Parts: sequence; structure tokens; C-alpha cells
Amino acid sequence: MDRIRTADELKRLRDSIVAARDPSKPCIAVCGGTGCRALGAESVTAAFKEEIAGQGLEDKIDIRMTGCHGFCERGPLVVIFPETIFYHGATPDDVPEIVSETIVGEKVVERLLYEDPLTGQKIVHEPEVPFYKRQKRILMGKNGLIDPTRIEDYIALDGYQAAAKALLEMTPEEIIDTIKRSGLRGRGGAGFPTGRKWESCRRADGDVKYVICNADEGDPGAYQDRSLIEGNPHAILEGMIIGAYAIGAHEGFVYIRMEYPLAMHHLQLAIEQAEEYGLLGENILGSGFDFTVSIHRGAGAFVCGESSALMRSMAGFAGEPRAKHVHATEKGLWDRPTVLNNVKTWASVPHIISNGADWFAQMGTEKSKGTMVFSLVGKINNTGLVEVPMGITLRELIFDIGGGIPEGKRFKAVQTGGPSGGCIPESLLDLPVDYEKLTEAGSMMGSGGMIVMDENTCMVDVARYFSNFNRDESCGKCTACREGVARMQQILEEITHGRGREGDIEMLESLSQAIRDASLCALGRTAPNPVLTTIRYFRDEYEAHIRDKRCPAGICTDLIRYSIIPEKCTGCMVCLRNCPAEAISGEKQKVHVIDQDKCIRCGICREVCKFDAVKVE
Amino acid sequence: MEDMARIDAIIADYRGKTSGLTTILQHIQDEYNYLSPQAMERVAEKLGLPLSQVLHVATFYKAFSLEPRGKHLITVCLGTACHVRGGVRLVEQIERLLKVRAGETTPDRQFTLETVNCVGSCALGPVMIVDGEYYGKMIPSKVERVLKKYQ
Ligand SMILES: Cc1cc2nc3c(=O)[nH]c(=O)nc-3n(C[C@H](O)[C@H](O)[C@H](O)COP(=O)(O)O)c2cc1C
Ligand code: FES
Repeated sequence: MDRIRTADELKRLRDSIVAARDPSKPCIAVCGGTGCRALGAESVTAAFKEEIAGQGLEDKIDIRMTGCHGFCERGPLVVIFPETIFYHGATPDDVPEIVSETIVGEKVVERLLYEDPLTGQKIVHEPEVPFYKRQKRILMGKNGLIDPTRIEDYIALDGYQAAAKALLEMTPEEIIDTIKRSGLRGRGGAGFPTGRKWESCRRADGDVKYVICNADEGDPGAYQDRSLIEGNPHAILEGMIIGAYAIGAHEGFVYIRMEYPLAMHHLQLAIEQAEEYGLLGENILGSGFDFTVSIHRGAGAFVCGESSALMRSMAGFAGEPRAKHVHATEKGLWDRPTVLNNVKTWASVPHIISNGADWFAQMGTEKSKGTMVFSLVGKINNTGLVEVPMGITLRELIFDIGGGIPEGKRFKAVQTGGPSGGCIPESLLDLPVDYEKLTEAGSMMGSGGMIVMDENTCMVDVARYFSNFNRDESCGKCTACREGVARMQQILEEITHGRGREGDIEMLESLSQAIRDASLCALGRTAPNPVLTTIRYFRDEYEAHIRDKRCPAGICTDLIRYSIIPEKCTGCMVCLRNCPAEAISGEKQKVHVIDQDKCIRCGICREVCKFDAVKVE
Repeated sequence: MEDMARIDAIIADYRGKTSGLTTILQHIQDEYNYLSPQAMERVAEKLGLPLSQVLHVATFYKAFSLEPRGKHLITVCLGTACHVRGGVRLVEQIERLLKVRAGETTPDRQFTLETVNCVGSCALGPVMIVDGEYYGKMIPSKVERVLKKYQ
């Protein structure tokens, strides 16, 4: 491939890629996101290649493994272009039928279509599936269209045009002004205005400056950054080029968590391909601007997602945060002025440059503009990644897009903001989701993870879970965070084991205050949030554990008991054979009994019983 | 056992690069699956750092293991999404079957059991991964069958 030297050459390359493609030629897009891969997308792709070769159709059909489409629950997903016929749960066995029926015969395979659970209607086209219909997929949209390992796919969809515009037609000040007017705020947690951050870094003294993409994605339950890097890595690089030019940086880094090998691989390929085309490197597009990007792999420490810890970690040290009065925009990586932004923040930038600040600012709420990518996970029917304008209500997200709670169970809470966030109850389902509203409810936007909980989730256990998390991940530098969170965790542990005492709730509340006041970084300052919100909204569950030694959700093992309902037990011996503690006795076709002294409350009997004959109370 | 010439070569590869210590340790961990006392001493010596600083980094990050891992690595996700769907019960079942605790290796060095905070496959939760192979929507009663494949 030749280096692209001017904006015109970039346009010509795009036109030639597009011209070489026949828009009416069918293309089979198999979702290659991590979720679909784990469900067998690679063998589905291999089966398509084999079938197409077997039928001698190589010239007539394209096949492409794309990024994540978001509807991970239903994978492996297959979309057939140009019609956008949407098949879910495809297996290699379905492949010959898809090729001969849909591609050759132009008929849909009914069985693989999505059925709307509300109307029972089969839906043929991807954009009409209710899960997608209400979304506004600005960042995620291209994921389903391109092969992320081929830069040409990105260029064909106007990729790098925003960088060309920024570098050749705009001054750094104009770019910063555009980003400021767009209202873009950081998508990594706190929602700091991106334009202001860039401006203070541009103004900071020093010739050497850096930009960093935060791809540490530490919040459990959030995986949108992973999907974006895996599915459309060039969008992030393009955003970084624009940002680096605006602040005057010539070197950029992507700090990526070690659990994401595929994302690292795709990003590495993207960097290499962009370098070959001259979109990274010296004199990008003839602008005179030089910029390179390299990857830094994380070593597994949640706190390293925090700005100052991340920069310490990149310099080769243990990632311990420092006090916030030193701003990274003045003294960041290796003490140079540095802009750190989240993956989604960087990926938003090219869209704002191409479409203008006003276009972006008209989406969202008064103070939170644009779209946000959420991961809907936990006890929800349509698990996956969704992108919606800021300000959508929790109810729309969870019920209209997410399809509600499985097995007709009752919604209890949604946890947002990761270990710094909180649990929001049913009474607040009509809350419009933006930075301010989530904070008012005691939670946070965080990385956009939304973990849905149903009647079988114990809120005290959730508080214990996050305290455990924060205790393990505290770097230990501040006493309040180290000792305070550990103490909180102990109290919660006692409560979940039925050893809670009167006064524990008040103790948790006063510990929370002390931790908030005396921690340096946001990990400590926000660590009490999961505890405080569960106390605020679910105090009765705490009281049931403490006073009645009862776990209403049936989760805390010391407070529950499994027993067999005689009327339902058929005496099939399945639970008896599967019980790891040999606590179940009985004979064929006679009612079985659980020996409470031997029972370890692992729940396996309930899981294997086909007759719903095991109850927990 | 690693040979010191190889360790020296890894260190030399990163000479002059600013990210230094962590990256070198990651590289050694990648190759040998753990950091031996000898390797850490060598790194400290070559970089002119106190051994305590190397140990601080080696114990701070979860990527590093100070003991050799087993032949097969089992990772169970305990991210929030997997937690609310019963991830802990998977860990307990594996602990019972292999008679080790999370973080430990079986005496015959066949299996190491580890937990992780979200692998980004929350739609499949609860998730366990054995040697890079994902097992989604796992329940405790299926664990034994999965482990048999590696025994
Ligand atoms: C304990 C802790 C962990 C964090 N983890 C992440 C993370 O994984 N990804 C991220 O983008 N930001 C994370 N942040 C927020 C960063 O400190 C920083 O605010 C953000 O990366 C800035 O980018 P933005 O302005 O685009 O949001 C974390 C903050 C704290 C206190
Ligand atoms: S919580 Fe287990 S994969 Fe995300």
C-alpha cells in the first residue's frame, strides 16, 4: 500500500475502495465480538467459508467477521447485507441452509429469525429488532459493518476524513472550541468536560506533551470499551490524532487491560496499518504534524484505571495514586502535560469534528450531551451493549431495550458506576440517565455498566461484594481507605453470616463518612457508595439479616435452608446423586430428604431438579 | 528453570525504554509463567534497583505469580454480572472438586484456580475459562464434566 500524502489522496483511496465493491453483492457478516466468539462464531465463519467454496460461490458472496453488534445474549449473530437479514444463535449446522435458502434462494430461514417476545412476531431486518430500534448507534454503529482488521473497511466509511479536516482545515484552537461547544464530557467516570481538559493541557508549559487512551475498563460488568477497540480500533486512533494535534502532543499511548488480548491484537494491527498508510507517523496527510501511538499493557490492578495511578504504572512503578492538586494536564506522564481520556471519549471526537458541535449538543440533556454506551448485564433478558442518547430513562433502557427480567421475576435494583457507584431501586426507574441524575441518586455514571438485579439478589450481599472488591483493590496508601474499607467489609461479612448486631448500620454510615473525608483518590472517596445506597434504599433487608437472621433473597448461605417439597418430589434420585455433601437420602420413587446437618447449601440439588421440588427459604 | 542469559536478553530488550520495570517483569512472566526469586534478583541487579522495589511491583499487580502455575489455568469470573448470576458457587464447587482454594495450585501441579473481576463476556455469565477456552452460563453441576476434559 502507498502512503497517503494529502486529503485528496485519502478521498481518492476511499472512492476507489467503494467503487471496487458491488453494493448489491451479498455479504455475510458474522459477529466476531468476544461474546459471539465464545459462543462459536469462529466455527460458524469457517463453515460459511467452506460452504461457499464448496458451492463455488466465492466470487458471488463476501464473508466478513465484524466487530461486536451488541446483542451478545443471542450470539452467534449473522447479518446478511445488503438486506440486513438478522439471524441469531446460528451454528455451523445452520450454514448450508442459510447459503442455499437465503443467499441463493433469496428466502429467509424463519427458524433463525428473532421473535419479538411481546407480539410473537418474527422480525427479519436487524434495525427493526426492538433491541436495536430504540438505540442511536453513533459509536457502535460501524462495529457491525467493518472487518476491524482491515483499515480499508474503515476508510470506505469515511474513516480518517475527520482527522484530515482537523489537521488541514482547522487550528488547534478551533478544534478545542468545537469540542467545548459540543458539550462532550469524559466517558470514563467523572464526566469532566473534555474541551476544558484539552485547553488547559494546550496552555500548559512544555514542548513534550502526551495523550493517553484509558482502556483499563476496570468496572466489572462493563465491556463497551473492549467492544469498541475490538470492533473499530481506527475510530479511537483517529480521535487521538485529532486530540494530539489540538494540544500539541506527538506521542500517544493506549493503556489496555491484560484481560483483553483480542482488543490488543486488533489495535496493534490498526496501528501498523495506519502507519503504513501514513495516517500515523511523520507529516500526517501533508499537514506537517507528526504523531505515533503505542500500546501499554496493564498488569492487573483496578486502581490503575485512575488517572495518576495509571501514569505511575506506565512509568514502571506500582500504580499508587497521588493527590489531585497536581493536574495531569500540567504534570502527568513522566511529569509532562498529559491528556487522559476514556476510549468512548476518544471515539466520539471524529464524529463531532465531522458533524459539528451543534449536531452533538442537540442530543442528550442540558448538561450531558451526546450518546452513551451502556452494558446491560445481570438479570436481564437482552444482555448486551446499547447506545442511547443521554437522558433516556432507566425504565426504557431496562424494559423497552433490555426486554425486562428473565423468568417473570421482579426487578429489584440496577447497579451503575462500578465499585464506586450505587444501587438504584424500582421507585427511581423513571430517572433520566445522565451524570447529574445518577449522582443525585447516590450512584455514578462510571464506565456505563448497568448490572440489573432481581428479587433473588441480596442487597446486603451486593454491598459486601463491592466492599470486598474495594478492599482488595485499595492500593493501601491511605489509612482511611485501607483500614476503613476493610472494617466495613468485616461488618458486612458478619451480617451476611447472621452475626450482625444492632448498631451495625449506623457504624457503616459513620465509617463511610470517615473514608470519604480522608482518602486521596476517588477509589476511597467513592468506595462507600455501594454500601450507602443499599442502606438508603434497602434498609429493610439489612434489618432482616441483623434482627431476624433471615436473608429474604435466599442468597446468604448461613441464613438459608434447602428442603424438598414432598408433593413435588418424584424420587428420581438425580439430586441425591449430584449432592457433593451426600446430604440427601431416599430411594427410587420415594420422597427424598435433605439432612440439614450435612447440607453445605451449594444449591446443586435445586439446580438439577427437573420438578422444581427443592425450595430455599 | 529459566536461564539467566535469557533473562538478561529480555532486560536488554527494554534498555533505554521508559516503561522499564513492569514491562520487563511482564515479559518474564509471559515466558516462564512466574517470577522466580533468582529472576527478580537479576532484574534488580541489572536495573540497579533495590530488590524491595522489584518485589513491591511484583506483588502489587495481579499479572505476576511468584510461584509456578499449574499445567491448566482455570479462571472464574467474579465480576458483578457473574456474581449476581452465581459465580461464587462455581468457585466453591471447583474448590471442592480440586481440593484447593482460589489462588492455589493442586499438589500435582495440574490445575491453578484463579478468580478475575470481569472478563468482558458478561452476557455469558457466569463464565469460567480453562486455558483460554470460555465456558459460559455455567452452573456448579456442570463443572465436573468440564474439568474431566483436562484431567
Ligand atoms: C479507582 C478508579 C478507577 C478508574 N478506572 C477507570 C477505567 O477503567 N477507565 C476509565 O476510562 N476511567 C477510569 N477512571 C477514571 C479516570 O481516573 C479518568 O477520570 C478518566 O480516564 C478520564 O477520562 P475521561 O475524561 O474521558 O472520562 C477510574 C477512576 C478511579 C478513581
Ligand atoms: S462479570 Fe463476568 S464477564 Fe463480566
